[in-house]
Amino acid sequence: MSTHASTAQPSYLVDTGARKGLMAWLTSTDHKRVGLLYLYSMVSFFFVGAGIGLVMRLVQLTTFQKLISAQTYNALFTLHGVIMIFLFVVPGLPAVFGNFFLPILIGAKDVAFPRLNLASWYFYMAGAILAILALFTGGGAPDTGWTFYAPFSLKTGTNISLAVFAAFILGFSSMLTAINFITTIHRLRAPGMTWFRMPLMSWALYSTAWIQLLATPILAITLVLVILERFFGIGIFDPAKGGDPLLYQHLFWIYSHPAVYIMILPAMGAISEIIPTFARRTIFGYKAIAFSSMSIAGVGSLVWAHHMFTSGLSGLALMTFSLLTMIVAVPSAIKVFNWVSTLYKGSIDFQPPLFFALSFIFLFCIGGLTGVMQGALAINVHIHDTYFIVGHFHYVMFGGTGFAFFAALLYWFPKMFGKMYSKKAIYASWYPMFIGFNMLYFGMLILGMMGMPRRYYVHLPQYHSLHVVATVGSWLLVLGLLIFFGTLLYAIFKGPKAEDNPWGGVTLEWTIPSPPPLENFEEIPIVTHGPYHFEPQEGK
Amino acid sequence: MSETLHSPETHAEHPGYGTFIKVWVVLLILTGCLVGVSHLGQTAAVWGLLTLTPLKAGLVFYFFMHLKYEGPLFKIVILVTLGTLLIFFALLFSDVAFR
Repeated sequence: MSTHASTAQPSYLVDTGARKGLMAWLTSTDHKRVGLLYLYSMVSFFFVGAGIGLVMRLVQLTTFQKLISAQTYNALFTLHGVIMIFLFVVPGLPAVFGNFFLPILIGAKDVAFPRLNLASWYFYMAGAILAILALFTGGGAPDTGWTFYAPFSLKTGTNISLAVFAAFILGFSSMLTAINFITTIHRLRAPGMTWFRMPLMSWALYSTAWIQLLATPILAITLVLVILERFFGIGIFDPAKGGDPLLYQHLFWIYSHPAVYIMILPAMGAISEIIPTFARRTIFGYKAIAFSSMSIAGVGSLVWAHHMFTSGLSGLALMTFSLLTMIVAVPSAIKVFNWVSTLYKGSIDFQPPLFFALSFIFLFCIGGLTGVMQGALAINVHIHDTYFIVGHFHYVMFGGTGFAFFAALLYWFPKMFGKMYSKKAIYASWYPMFIGFNMLYFGMLILGMMGMPRRYYVHLPQYHSLHVVATVGSWLLVLGLLIFFGTLLYAIFKGPKAEDNPWGGVTLEWTIPSPPPLENFEEIPIVTHGPYHFEPQEGK
Repeated sequence: MSETLHSPETHAEHPGYGTFIKVWVVLLILTGCLVGVSHLGQTAAVWGLLTLTPLKAGLVFYFFMHLKYEGPLFKIVILVTLGTLLIFFALLFSDVAFR
């Protein structure tokens, strides 16, 4: 593809409107600035969530507890879940990299609805502020866990109503972003950018947007029902009034399991961008990866009740959802096989983004396979609500989405900020991060198999050694995170200027200057071939 | 630009008040049916709600929300959404109806 370098337009980082400084950022409808607003706020919330996680690990350093009360511990795991899920992992890659790169990847100047895009960020911030307010108002910090299960969430005196209202508001941010992305992909692709010439990140964002749009309203309605139940006792989840408490679990997981795919699909999209760039060859099985994204979105929306195998579901439902859970592993495996096949016989250039992308594949495979284990009914009964579940979803959410987020940040950082980071420092951050991560969460998998229940304030002596290992792992992990983000922060202010195309990428974002100009392209590009067109290598 | 974007000409194709009033009358009759069915026991009420309510919503979508005059893309989007909802119902019933 030709270069679309712009000399006429200023960088998007330069204030060109009437407003300057902070106000220029808070009122900007430019998709790149909105992406960065999300990045800064999400990383801040991530560190709050990580800090809470660290305190919880400290609590488990002894078998008797003095650091905090049991009620505070309940509030902490609720907060950790709410912050990490709703404020970091769900908006995650779509809000930051989707906003920043989707229009550029498909050759557009902006998203379809730029004002709605900024409004989505304000909804996100409003939801976040309400969630934090819920800690200090009403009857105290919520203590139900991030799932807000009925009937406890209907009866507890803590500030559930405000917390679920915050999640309700956050849902709006998610839905509005989804509408924006779907419309952008349908309407604003550059001439020649056919569906099968779109980069795979766009396919991943498209699939994700559909899940967000179809599943989030169900969560919104469910949360409203919780509020109505708490204030008016309408009885929809109360058996004494003809209601059904299991209906809450169904409705909650109809959203919240697809939400797992909202979190992981864009991560897979980013990995599908990174691997061909550093293997210097076109991706293996482009259409298979694109369709597997859509399959994951479709089948992944139909497996929710595997979270409820011990709740007393019907035999038919148990068998149906167990089978569907096994099936959803197939498109995920297709992606992994295609990534590995892309690397096979590639001219691999080992750079930090690839390092983190490969870590993602390793950790995601552990997370995914332990997920398939839980799809088997008999195993599920044994490990339900144990630390095995905690270990599993941290492998998927943090090892998967988290590491892919870091890989994507490393990959696109030079483009976003026009600065290059210290690769040595990033490699240095990887070791404590990766080793600490596995000490922390692999230990949890074993603890779960041994029978340690999740969300317990204290533990029996036989579990103590692995709890100590996990806690030390959490320190290493946080050390790695501090080095990682410290390096990037330093690079923003003091880093050397990045080249326009430091990795030799061939998708459209690498044809424009770093940082991108205000309207991305001097002229809308005309696309003549697929996204991963590495001519010299293919001639070998 | 697109078959689904409105122009003054496409709006001119829309029917007059007569059609809307007829649809409204049908909606009123269906509401009456729903009220009647709700007195025939829980099973009849549930099935009545599950069949008549989507029918009413469909009429509102089709005429009052102008789905009839939209291009195929919008219709497909609505069908995908309704199809998803139906699958959710079916899976939910695989639990509730067989417990």
